[in-house]
Amino acid sequence: MQFSENWLRSFVNPALDTQALSHALTMTGLEVEELAAVAPTFEKIVIGEIVSAIKHPDADRLQVCQVSVGQETLQIVCGASNARVGLKAPCALVGAELPGISIKQAKVRGIESFGMMCSSKELGLVAEATGLLELPSDAPVGQDIRTYLDLNDYLITLKLTPNRADCLSILGIARDVVAMTGAPLALPAMQPVSIQSQLAVSVQVKALESCPAYYGRAIEGVNAQATSPDWMVRRLERSGIRSISALVDITNYVLLELGQPMHAFDLKKLQGGIEVRFSQNDEQLLLLNGTALPLAQDDLVIADSTGPIALAGIMGGELTSVSDTTNAIFLESAFFTPDVIAGKARRIGLSTDSSYRFERGVDFGNTQQALERATSLVLSICGGHAGPVTQVQGTLPVRNQVKLRYSRLQSVLGIEIPYTTVGQLLRQLGFTFSDHDQVFLVQAPSYRFDIAREEDLIEEIARLYGYEKIPAITPHANLAMLDQAESTLNVATLRDAMQVQGYQEVITYSFVDAAWEQDLLGNTSPIRLKNPIASNMSVMRSGLWGGLLDVLSYNLNRKQDRALLFEVGSSYHGAETGYHEEQKVSGLFYGDFQPEQWSTGKREVDFYDVKATVDMLTHHQAEYRVEHHVALHPGQAARIYINGQAQGWLGKLHPKWQQHYSLAKNTFLFELNVQALLARSIPRYQEVSKFLGVRRDIAVIVDTNIEVQTIIHAVQNANIPLLQHIQLFDVYQGKGIAENKKSLAFLVLIQDTHKTLVDTEAEAAMAELLKILENKFGAELRN
Amino acid sequence: MSDLNHLIAEAQADFSACHDLPALDNAKAKYLGKAGLLTDALKSLGKLTAEERPAAGAAINVVKQGVEQALNVRREAILDAAQAKQLASESLDITLPARAQSRGGLHPVTLTLQRIEQLFHSIGFDVATGPEIETDFYNFTALNIPENHPARAMHDTFYVDTQEAKQINPNESYVLRTHTSPVQVHYMQNKQPPLKIIAPGRVYRVDSDATHSPMFHQVEGLWVDEHISFANLKGVVQDFLQKFFERDDLTVRFRPSFFPFTEPSAEMDMSWNGGWLEIGGCGMVHPEVFKHVNIDSEQYRGFAFGLGVERLAMLRYGVNDLRHFFNNDLRFLQQFIK
Repeated sequence: MQFSENWLRSFVNPALDTQALSHALTMTGLEVEELAAVAPTFEKIVIGEIVSAIKHPDADRLQVCQVSVGQETLQIVCGASNARVGLKAPCALVGAELPGISIKQAKVRGIESFGMMCSSKELGLVAEATGLLELPSDAPVGQDIRTYLDLNDYLITLKLTPNRADCLSILGIARDVVAMTGAPLALPAMQPVSIQSQLAVSVQVKALESCPAYYGRAIEGVNAQATSPDWMVRRLERSGIRSISALVDITNYVLLELGQPMHAFDLKKLQGGIEVRFSQNDEQLLLLNGTALPLAQDDLVIADSTGPIALAGIMGGELTSVSDTTNAIFLESAFFTPDVIAGKARRIGLSTDSSYRFERGVDFGNTQQALERATSLVLSICGGHAGPVTQVQGTLPVRNQVKLRYSRLQSVLGIEIPYTTVGQLLRQLGFTFSDHDQVFLVQAPSYRFDIAREEDLIEEIARLYGYEKIPAITPHANLAMLDQAESTLNVATLRDAMQVQGYQEVITYSFVDAAWEQDLLGNTSPIRLKNPIASNMSVMRSGLWGGLLDVLSYNLNRKQDRALLFEVGSSYHGAETGYHEEQKVSGLFYGDFQPEQWSTGKREVDFYDVKATVDMLTHHQAEYRVEHHVALHPGQAARIYINGQAQGWLGKLHPKWQQHYSLAKNTFLFELNVQALLARSIPRYQEVSKFLGVRRDIAVIVDTNIEVQTIIHAVQNANIPLLQHIQLFDVYQGKGIAENKKSLAFLVLIQDTHKTLVDTEAEAAMAELLKILENKFGAELRN
Repeated sequence: MSDLNHLIAEAQADFSACHDLPALDNAKAKYLGKAGLLTDALKSLGKLTAEERPAAGAAINVVKQGVEQALNVRREAILDAAQAKQLASESLDITLPARAQSRGGLHPVTLTLQRIEQLFHSIGFDVATGPEIETDFYNFTALNIPENHPARAMHDTFYVDTQEAKQINPNESYVLRTHTSPVQVHYMQNKQPPLKIIAPGRVYRVDSDATHSPMFHQVEGLWVDEHISFANLKGVVQDFLQKFFERDDLTVRFRPSFFPFTEPSAEMDMSWNGGWLEIGGCGMVHPEVFKHVNIDSEQYRGFAFGLGVERLAMLRYGVNDLRHFFNNDLRFLQQFIK
């Protein structure tokens, strides 16, 4: 909401300067978003009249003008093309300071000049202008231009919250200034005008619940071509509304002044009486903006006998609109309830000043006065004869009494406010109330749609008393410790683990390119957004690799040559009903295994480097199974299982995608469900054996396709007596080993925890181990 | 027998001429070997009388000890020299760089969130989470923002396209949560007061320019108890900001505002470099919200606040452009490695 400070001050003029008024507005809840002077600070500019103009003897484009500035006449050399005898324009006197120009007595091509005639650009009123600012012929010569154009004014822009519909007018803001300062309110005249025409238009309201007040009147003999007065044009312009025609300007003016949307129909274009009803039978309405709007059954319309002529409270129709040739109008001032307007403007994609106000709540106590105000403006500007008011009234909203307990007020706010102050503030707000036993029974006026419960009143008192007076007090509380399950790790520990492993955390968008979902996750039916901000941010990710690869590309383009990235974040999936989210930790390793350095040779990262990180994250509980993933190299991909549940993937980016993303070096990816990584068992102490074990090594030859993990699991599951631990320490293929075979060397720890180990028992354990390797895996003992 | 004393000095001279252990062993043989001078002398004791023998033996032993001591001194000197040579040969340029490992780090938004969590944890706030794809009910209705309420226009909402999702009830509308406030509702549905939580997480608005990201982070705070007041809200927020920025002189200013789920509501401004900076919204939990979660608003009151995490991170670390957080340029991110 933008408006002129002077206009506001014509309603209420507290003893506060502009800055203080602005601060007061902000601190009572009407946030001043912008405060701008209408004109730069300048003085010594008065209205001048060109009384004579002759061509400059030495310059084609210059004229030597004699300019009357009241008491005296000045010789001024002027280059403006519209400078002519009789023209009145701003004249800067010697000594005036304009933006970027100091006016001095000067010789222009040899001729003395005692000032400067000005354009509106030179006054700093507009960014671009050609020619002198032409003033009306009745402008008083010699008067200070600041006074004449009312330039000692500020534009105030408020960022109003949706609950303060009552402040969508000068009157409303003025009332709040009264509430905050106690200064008196001066209202414009809104007395009924005298009736000079008997022409009445019948009005039938068939939707009284949605339109509980409708006032209208005909005005005949208006001059639609009358000029809007300067003061009105100026106030409209300073509210950001362009002057269109006197009749339109008047309805806009009343809307801004009183907050009452008005509509003027061309009376001659109306057929029969006015009807306020819901639309029926697939009607259409050609709106003022030229669109033909198909109407729905819950659209409230103003209709005549031919059908809808306006969308109630939102926009008028083209066919009954006023024009230059209009000579009689029907003026409407009505109250449409917020719920019948709410959401409509958004549905049809046009929000108007009218709909914006109606959906938030227009003062239903002022409908008739607004009509009288508009009528008197029409009569004084366009002339004409006003007919009688036709009014239809249903049941208007009722402002219930709201209870405000003094004790509650103080305990909610945590401060003491004098009892008398509460009453005083309620009075300044224009609320009526009675109080008894420290309880106020309050009734809000018709313009307040936001006072329905005690909290609403508490907020009113608090904001007027001053939020700044509320102290910062740390609370007292009963102390109880928070639960802290030792068996559940915090996500922070995962992040720390990744960080220690050398990975850099990134945060990427939850919405991604649909192509990533398809290419990298095989997801052809992702969760889509209806209104994505960009097409490559249109679906919700079901995994995090797309974002990591994107960050990788971004950084490779900026001369990075290796990257270890990770992200912890949600992935999004359809559920049985609705959606569910899984938190994932995902990692990417690109390029050389170690940073380039003097002491270690270069090599690219490989599968087992990244597997070490996965092992650490999974507390070495992971089982790796060969499975296929669309994004991964078929020979270097593993699905990760924890306790038999699939919990993630690890592998090398498929060469096809490596090429697609122009990645020159090895790229490895992994992803794990965070939930599966946070559980850990609480340690349970076991006796440390006094008897030492022995290490035995065994090397066997098996087929190359036999997985070491399977062998180790088989040995562990066989529960060979005394065999405590088996671990692979060498893999060999090549010379001395047949093709399709590999040699595996294990170290085996054999220990009797209860007595000294006897050599024969160790031999027996090793024999049993070998038997398992032979029988299950066709292993041969290697010499 | 007194002519043996000179052997000590002779041995010392011989030993000194030796520079390694084999040479020293050879030199030793001259005195202490099987045919060494002192061995011979001891053998010759047999020729003396029983009366002469003890004194002569003692004299020889004195010399023998002297020689042995000289030998030991020299042996140690040789060993020390050898070790010194060995050590000298093993000395490194200790200024060469260490074997380099990759250096990892956390995102500045994470660092900020962790700091916020730690501070609130220190006064007993639990951390709560909730879904990011939220129903219309939790994101709006339960927070006292009914359909068609003008306040919905304050949120530029991303809507989920549920048309092809067979599991979705056609009457149900899903959005990307526009704030972390729905977590309040989820939490209060399951817990009775007193309760204190913060709810950090991602939120989404259809807005993208130099100062707005379509995805950003918020931390919601909620404290519900019997005697919680608006002044307490100011107290907790101010305490937090002072601790977060490690500046005792920070103050908080409340400005009246409007959020459908709190009343009274306020914008929070923080004193900063002589002016005021907006850092979030807050207020007393609205009775309508309590009604949705069956908490008696006569008995209990609560406050709620929402803080912009990126904003705090920018101020804390001097980051001047919001977009850095989501570009993930390593040259930016690695500045935050601890």
